[in-house]
Amino acid sequence: MAEKTYLQAISDGLRQEMRRDKRVFVIGEDVGVYGGAFKVTQGFQEEFGPWRVIDAPLAETAIVGGCTGAALMGMRPVAEMQFADFVSCAWDHLVTVAAKQRFRAGTPVPIVVRCPSGGGFSGGPFHSQNPESSFAHIPGLRIVCPATPEDAKGLLVSAIEDPNPVLYFEHKHLYRRIKANVPDERYTIPFGEARVHRDGEDLTVVTWGAMVYTATEAAEKVAEEDGISTEILDLRTIVPWDRDAVLASVEKTSKVLVLHEDTHTGGFGGEIAATIAEEAFEHLDAPVRRITAPDTPVPFAPALEKTFLPQVDDVVAGLRELAAY
Amino acid sequence: MATGTLVDVVMPQMGVSVSEGTITKWIKSEGEAVEADETLLEISTDKVDTEVPSPASGVVQQILVPEGETVEVGTKLAVIAPEGAAAPAPAETPAEPVAEEAPEPATQEAAAESAAAAGPEGETPTAATVETPAPPAVSTPDGQEDGARFVSPVVARIAAEHGVDVAQVPGTGRGGRVTKKDILGFIESGAAAAPAAPEAPVAPDAPAAAPAPAAAPAPAPAPAPAPSPAPAEAQAGETLEAMSAMRRGIAEHMRRSLDTSAHVTSAIEVDMSKVAALRQKLKKEYQAAYGVNPTYLAFVARAAVETLKDYPWINGELRGDSIVTRNFVNLGFAVELADGKGLIVPVIKNAETLNLLGIAKAIADIAARARDKKLLPEDVQGGTFTITNPGGYGTFHGTPVISQPQAGILGTYAVVKRPWVVQDEMGEDVIAIRSIMNLTLTYDHRLVDGALAGRFLRDLRERLQTWGESDY
Repeated sequence: MAEKTYLQAISDGLRQEMRRDKRVFVIGEDVGVYGGAFKVTQGFQEEFGPWRVIDAPLAETAIVGGCTGAALMGMRPVAEMQFADFVSCAWDHLVTVAAKQRFRAGTPVPIVVRCPSGGGFSGGPFHSQNPESSFAHIPGLRIVCPATPEDAKGLLVSAIEDPNPVLYFEHKHLYRRIKANVPDERYTIPFGEARVHRDGEDLTVVTWGAMVYTATEAAEKVAEEDGISTEILDLRTIVPWDRDAVLASVEKTSKVLVLHEDTHTGGFGGEIAATIAEEAFEHLDAPVRRITAPDTPVPFAPALEKTFLPQVDDVVAGLRELAAY
Repeated sequence: MATGTLVDVVMPQMGVSVSEGTITKWIKSEGEAVEADETLLEISTDKVDTEVPSPASGVVQQILVPEGETVEVGTKLAVIAPEGAAAPAPAETPAEPVAEEAPEPATQEAAAESAAAAGPEGETPTAATVETPAPPAVSTPDGQEDGARFVSPVVARIAAEHGVDVAQVPGTGRGGRVTKKDILGFIESGAAAAPAAPEAPVAPDAPAAAPAPAAAPAPAPAPAPAPSPAPAEAQAGETLEAMSAMRRGIAEHMRRSLDTSAHVTSAIEVDMSKVAALRQKLKKEYQAAYGVNPTYLAFVARAAVETLKDYPWINGELRGDSIVTRNFVNLGFAVELADGKGLIVPVIKNAETLNLLGIAKAIADIAARARDKKLLPEDVQGGTFTITNPGGYGTFHGTPVISQPQAGILGTYAVVKRPWVVQDEMGEDVIAIRSIMNLTLTYDHRLVDGALAGRFLRDLRERLQTWGESDY
């Protein structure tokens, strides 16, 4: 057990899997010689050689298409999109081929597509998005959004093991900011099991990714200033998502705030809110509230980006409003 | 309304304490087109009679509960199959015309509408503490009231599971809404253990302000909710008819009133000549200017409200060991419904603020809404004194039953021309033809003594015989 950053945890998990399973290889833009845009694969090519750490051309279609073919041939590819935003170039291969192959032909497609996502550093509209909900709508794909170093490693190992195509959204803003103890040995964290990030009685926040920390700060503030006890559920995986955990928390608190960094309309928060309305209507004591980014591309200007991304104060206001309802 | 999805029609909740309702009439039949919000059926509960609007446009696919049957709130009554195309709006079925109209010409007929009872709200007890206003009733037909009236799904479920009347729970949420914490705390505190005092059925004469917490200690032991008589069997020549919810409410309330109050009735004869003349004069003016008829009942009501100011106990109530008096008069009027098969007592709140025109308009309004089944539960609650008018058919005397927990009920009877001994200008006794009306005051002798009742009637007669236009 050692303290590691979120980024180191991803890197270590990947390295461990490559060491233990020769089918696992890495492909992406600048992942080899350069060690990756964010240095997740730094030193990988030296250790595993250019055939297992492949520098690809700037062609996400080719990367995902190549991974799909390799997976069908028995490999366990881990692709890196330099930024999650670029995954849209690979949409057709992910959605039309990889997601459907197993259902169409019975052959699993065990690929992992690592997608560095999220904003908070003035990356602008092409380097800041959280496109998880677009893919959550596609049956056959798995969506993973770790928030902690321990989950980042354990979920990456599970993603590599999983027979389905997995989109692994690693939040860039957490890379070096978040540190925690991570077990040295290999371990997996199952998909579809939410984690209670903070225990509480009065309100529930359902969230994932970097917003777990925004929610935590807000929860601490309302606990201190208003005596409101907030439970934070970190979904960890969006597909599958832990409905039971969410519904159990709704049953306990009866007031729910769904928080995500992705934009509002069609965001995964809508699915969660709808499920709560369907399954837990008689446990609600207030309307389910959503706090999300607005329906606009991510702005460059720091002040605008701050307005765009849900901030601690926004969540504090939302929590207070729910508590007062 | 999603096209193609069947929509259920259920027995609505008409007030917190109402648990069931009777289907009085299906306005639409199976296979008939109906538009959203168009009246689908009429129901009767022990609180109010009302129309139930269709929740969707479409065709009545199935009627599940026939007329005359009584079912619990929430029971599925019918299924609407929505249709894209709007069905032609069938002509509005007129609500059953019922209560007597104000008898127009006054001669043979009596006063005006009909009358009867109601309950308390914000009064000044002579002895006990200052009363807190009764909490508002919870659910309203349209559910669009302030926070205090909104019941969230989880609160509704908990209330149902524990048999708690949400109106009894102090709310701390937005706008006074009862939150989940509030109701759980309420249950935990044991407050709910004492069976929530059943609201008095409002039907016949009925008041229903929930006992204010301060004065609550002695809620009358709940009478078995519905006296369940042994199943009746028809003998030869007899027919059996199910009792409506309203009928049961009336029956329970009448019996309870007689078991509660010491009923005594005093009567007085009033020369209504002056009122008749005044009414003749004002009628045209009122009808032309305001479209309202100044009925005899309106005159009597106006004079009674004024007289009640001098007799607070008659406008009062016995509550536990306290005598409650008020600085306001909420005047109930008994209105007949359904051809004699029902009775409802809508209440004119703060009648002391109304002049003759105001009272006449208010009476016309509540009578119309009672007949059209448009009364809300609030409309039949909170009365402090009641007027009933059985004189519409020529009766000259009666002994009405008090609307609990009030202290008195005024009966008005037929205005009849009679030979009457009066003094002429010379001070000589002569016989004249005068419009005479009997008035009765039935009072609760526990609180009101005969002398007090006699003085009240005397003063009321004095007003009716001497008041000029400006007094009304």
